[in-house]
Amino acid sequence: MAKHHIAAVVNGDPVEFLCEPGDTLLDVLRDALGLTGTKEGCSTGDCGACSVTVDGRLVCACLMLGVEAAGTSIGTIEGMANGEELHPLQRKFLEHAALQCGICTPGFLVAAKSLLERSPDPTETEVRYWLAGNLCRCTGYDKIVRAVLDAAAEMRGA
Amino acid sequence: MEALCEFQVLSPTSLAGVLEARTAHPQAQLLGGGTDLVVNIRRGIVAPAVLIDMTGVAELRAIRADAQGLEIGASVRLAEVAQHPGVVAHYPVVAEAAASIAGPTHRNMGTVGGNLCLDTRCIFYNQSQWWRSANNHCLKTTGEICHVAPKSRGVCFATFSGDLAPALMTLDAEVDIQHAAGKRTLPLRDLYIGHARHDGSGQGDGKHYLALQPGEFIAAVRVTSTPGLRSGYDKIRIRRSIEYPVAGVAVALRRVGDTLAHLRVAVTGTNPRPVLLEGTEALCGGALDARVFKGLDELVRDQIMSMKTTFTPGHYRRRVAGVLARRLVQRLFAG
Repeated sequence: MAKHHIAAVVNGDPVEFLCEPGDTLLDVLRDALGLTGTKEGCSTGDCGACSVTVDGRLVCACLMLGVEAAGTSIGTIEGMANGEELHPLQRKFLEHAALQCGICTPGFLVAAKSLLERSPDPTETEVRYWLAGNLCRCTGYDKIVRAVLDAAAEMRGA
Repeated sequence: MEALCEFQVLSPTSLAGVLEARTAHPQAQLLGGGTDLVVNIRRGIVAPAVLIDMTGVAELRAIRADAQGLEIGASVRLAEVAQHPGVVAHYPVVAEAAASIAGPTHRNMGTVGGNLCLDTRCIFYNQSQWWRSANNHCLKTTGEICHVAPKSRGVCFATFSGDLAPALMTLDAEVDIQHAAGKRTLPLRDLYIGHARHDGSGQGDGKHYLALQPGEFIAAVRVTSTPGLRSGYDKIRIRRSIEYPVAGVAVALRRVGDTLAHLRVAVTGTNPRPVLLEGTEALCGGALDARVFKGLDELVRDQIMSMKTTFTPGHYRRRVAGVLARRLVQRLFAG
């Protein structure tokens, strides 16, 4: 199969890559662009480990094809911290110990950031519903939800 | 994880481009958000040689919702439907159904056309290639029997579980179906031909669940507004925040004084097609009393055909559907 030449923006930087039609956006991010912060869990859109934003929409990178990324602006976990300065969500995840093995964490952070951008003052129920598509097999959900609520409070105050 | 099969992707930006691509590749499958199709490709359930990405087709991305009517293009994303102020204000059943589909990522990706054409599912079909080959493939793929109903003699009982279809059916929606030579319009309820109890033998095999001819696809869905209509959607899931419906119910009704003047109820997640309950007119014309509730329970009981397609047993799903219908009718009637 002929490869597609795709131009997009990733975390603010213009990128170009070649991809097979059957490569998902997840394959492209991890293998072609070396951005391995986005994880592969189920590959069927159930677990949310591959959560990224595409033109501001939270999506599963495993269900989107690389060719569909043409002309879009993609946000991944690598774009979350500002250099060495962690995003408030990242700091609160550390403070609340909202991770154990950490595989699900990039997905949770990207999804939580997307929630706080549209809803800066979410209720606990809203957080739980928004993060329903992200699974944590260590099952540390309560700390994750508390970290997100705490980060939201800090970001509103800032 | 299994790699995706080899395929070619075409990305037309206009309706003319889609028709051209379909003429050149008659066996191509249409790709919306990919939340259903890409998963099925990954599981080796389908192996299309060509995919046509519909999400960039300008003509299919429009949404219009006001007090006169509702028209939604097939490539509009589910999250857009759920949040559209006109849909929320005038067609709450549609907004509520869209908001209840899966999780946020799926609603951000999935499209209206994809949800209306959602593949039917069951616990024997929605499994990996490896799992299915170990269990003998079912008749919806390459095998000969339906594992849900081994004596079904060629009928597939996989369940339709889309949420938009029942919501739109209670509003008497029509779909615009596009093909190379033009367009035809069909009442949405006639789009679904999955097996129904009243089907005779040789008709309604359940494997073919949509009345689309080769080369046809859904371009838009349309509703004409009925003044005074109240509508709503609710569903039960194993996880309330995500998941396919154990049963989903849409209700549209009109109240005049203390009289129930109009009632439509549609159910999803229980049969190989979404079911617009027949016989609800007979429940109208009087107060909302025990007679209506008893009648509604009987209609649900008689027309729901929930079988062993998911982890919750059929008799439970039938009762759940009845309870949801009753609660929704009460809520909407009270206003």
